[in-house]
Amino acid sequence: MLKYVIRRLLQMIPVVIGATFILFCLVFALPGDPTAGRCGDRPCPPAYVAAFRAEYHLDKPLLVQYGLYLGRLLHGDLGVNFYGNTVVSELAARYPVTLRLAFIAVLVEIFVGIAAGVIAGVRHGGFLDYLILVSSLVVISIPIFVIGSLAQLVFGMKLGWFPVTAGDGSWSQLVLPGFVLGALSVAYVARLTRANLIDNQHADYVRTAKAKGLSGFRIVTIHTLRNSLIPVITFIGYDFGSLMGGAIVTEQIFNINGIGNFIFRSINQRDGVSVVGAVTCLVLVYLLANLLVDLLYGVLDPRISHD
Amino acid sequence: MRRITPLVALSISGVMLLSACGQDVAAPNESSSSTASAATGPAKDGGTVSIRGCTPQNPLIPSDTNETCGGNVLDAVTAKLVHYNSDTAAPELDIAQSIDTTDNQHFTVKLNPGYKFSDGTEVKAKNFVDGWNWAAYGPNAQQNSYFFEPITGYKDVQCGDDDCKVKPKATTMSGLKVVDDHTFTIDTSEKVSNLKIRLGYTAFAPLPDSFLKAPTDKKWQKFPVGAGPFTITQNTATQIVFKKNPDYGGKFKPHVDEVTYKIYNDAAPAYNDVVANNLDVTDLIPTDQLTNDQWKSDLQNRWGIRQSGVFQSITASSKDKQLQNQDLLKALSMDIDRPTITKQIFAGSRTPADGWVSPVVDGYKPGVCGDLCKYDKTKAKEMYDKAGGYKGTLTIAVNGDGDHKAWSQAVCNGWKNDLGLNCQLKITPDFKTLRDQITKRELTGFFRTGWQMDYPSIENFLTPLYATGASSNDGDYSNKAFDAKLQEAAAAPDEEQANKVYQEAEAMLAEKMPAIPLWYVSTPFAWSTKVTNVKLTPFGTIDLTAISVK
Repeated sequence: MLKYVIRRLLQMIPVVIGATFILFCLVFALPGDPTAGRCGDRPCPPAYVAAFRAEYHLDKPLLVQYGLYLGRLLHGDLGVNFYGNTVVSELAARYPVTLRLAFIAVLVEIFVGIAAGVIAGVRHGGFLDYLILVSSLVVISIPIFVIGSLAQLVFGMKLGWFPVTAGDGSWSQLVLPGFVLGALSVAYVARLTRANLIDNQHADYVRTAKAKGLSGFRIVTIHTLRNSLIPVITFIGYDFGSLMGGAIVTEQIFNINGIGNFIFRSINQRDGVSVVGAVTCLVLVYLLANLLVDLLYGVLDPRISHD
Repeated sequence: MRRITPLVALSISGVMLLSACGQDVAAPNESSSSTASAATGPAKDGGTVSIRGCTPQNPLIPSDTNETCGGNVLDAVTAKLVHYNSDTAAPELDIAQSIDTTDNQHFTVKLNPGYKFSDGTEVKAKNFVDGWNWAAYGPNAQQNSYFFEPITGYKDVQCGDDDCKVKPKATTMSGLKVVDDHTFTIDTSEKVSNLKIRLGYTAFAPLPDSFLKAPTDKKWQKFPVGAGPFTITQNTATQIVFKKNPDYGGKFKPHVDEVTYKIYNDAAPAYNDVVANNLDVTDLIPTDQLTNDQWKSDLQNRWGIRQSGVFQSITASSKDKQLQNQDLLKALSMDIDRPTITKQIFAGSRTPADGWVSPVVDGYKPGVCGDLCKYDKTKAKEMYDKAGGYKGTLTIAVNGDGDHKAWSQAVCNGWKNDLGLNCQLKITPDFKTLRDQITKRELTGFFRTGWQMDYPSIENFLTPLYATGASSNDGDYSNKAFDAKLQEAAAAPDEEQANKVYQEAEAMLAEKMPAIPLWYVSTPFAWSTKVTNVKLTPFGTIDLTAISVK
């Protein structure tokens, strides 16, 4: 197990280097001067442009820039962005918010999604099954910005049950955005759980369990569900990984100062240092989330061994 | 000029000034905030208010910030020699006790005693002189350094080359001299009749000794120290908190004790929060709310529209030989249906331009553009044919991250239908790309230009834009008679006389049409049930000294 983890961690090194290099090239090879538009409708003073280029090594060749960046990265330094703040401090201010939001969304996925999937799977072909199938289809087909704006209008502004926006990023403010963010994945989780559960109901071990006189409830919870959850866990794990990258649309609607908004703003303002720093961080988070999912397989199904 | 944050511009698509331009303008009678009854009421002291803010994009140094997010923060914490009246935009003395000159070239500034920076030190003459010298010094690479250009010796403190490898000849400008603690003199290299008005811009704020000792201190750049009515107590990614400055010695005292700038990345959430009374003021209304006056019914009496000093135009590229024909430009200008476009596309909240200068400033004269800015398609066609028409495809370049497609398409279609020319839009992905292409003179045809005033003077709408070789003269307009008029106006004995000559200069623009005027921009804003006396300044920013809690 430990050996497996170490091997996986070592494998991450080339991935991180490769990913940051591609990213670095994409960001800094973008056409356009990063100081263009910074001084409004007039060109920036030449001294300002020169100082700006020197400070961010933009006057050096791309490979040299990347080398300098990688050197700093090894020290955990993601650089100072175009606004004079360290990228690490910018990320540190926003990551807790994104983490809370992702956590709420995943909790919603797990509880609502799996419960709906189990009900639909057990009542296979019944009214509840069709209800869940149809409603999840509806949710999947509506774009998230519609769900988000609608939820904000109805639950926030008209009914007043939830705060309208979540600027501070506290738990109570993030409940509604969390539900919105989780809504889409809930539909997928429910469908995935249902399909696997139905498949497994015809497996031999279920017949054996029935034969030895176990109740239907125990068969589902102890045997079938556990085996059906592997693809579901995979999905939720990857989803958590991508949620950690921020949810640009949801964060925009609810004014959440999370990673998504930060990256969005940085891209618009051509703040390359911030973009590269934040996305490098995302690559790491995503890799770790994947590792965690792989380790969870072993817990759910002891036949899967990592040794 | 002060730039609006491009991000906000992009995401809101349309409620922005220059970078994205979608701000809405009212009919002139709506131009003050008194349109709604709740706007005024007895001012009560104390209390806290929250206001929509955005993330500052530069270190918070007065001479290094030229966009509104950081500019609003600095305006709250700094006091300048001159303060602009929030209703009339007229300059009023603030830190200055007097600014005297006999020849518009040698100025003596006397300071009011008793002004203190929020760190407790007194505002002295050297805080101005040293501060301005620091800001103008080339190697310090300040974005707003060009504001000091009129001062004698400015050239000597600039770098010898573009990369600043050759250091400047001097570290201080010879035109600035401290006489005593409360007096200093300013000499300008040429006559400047409106220097007093200019001195109210943020870049001219005095800098405390604590800054001048350590200008690179990162903490100062987040918590700037000024002599203004407020001081910053908290500055995070989500909010910036201002408290009343206990040492404030000026007469523009705020009513509220505390102001919180809540950071919003988009117009819609801020607007929704104001409707739900979670936020007290927003100066950004989403475009979809403006259409059909949806916002007015949502907000009842909690809204206003304020005309602000922004002028929008299209400029002919100097590379396009055909567009050097001024009769052609006049014909094209006459064939733009400004009233219909401002009504249909901008929900009736922009006003058609009748000249090149915003109506909010001192010196504005109505109707300078005359018939050339009035829609008359028969006459336009006549003039167009006489001028020889335009061969090939005429393009209008606009940035795609604002609400510019609709109006430019309308202008283009009008030309196509009425004049029978080939017209096409050229849409750049964002404001920066458009500016980049304009600066490098890569475009042909027309491109979108806009101007937000730095200081409320007619001069600010003329000199930086149309003087030969001026920094924002994107169309490379050059007219010796016009330049001479500007110089004459700058040397005029008083402002009234100066304005008259500036108006004559503006009238000369109608002969050559260096830019085709489109419309003036206003800022719609909204407030919660908790606050009263909500006003916007002529710069479209929230007047923090007027607002009070009910």
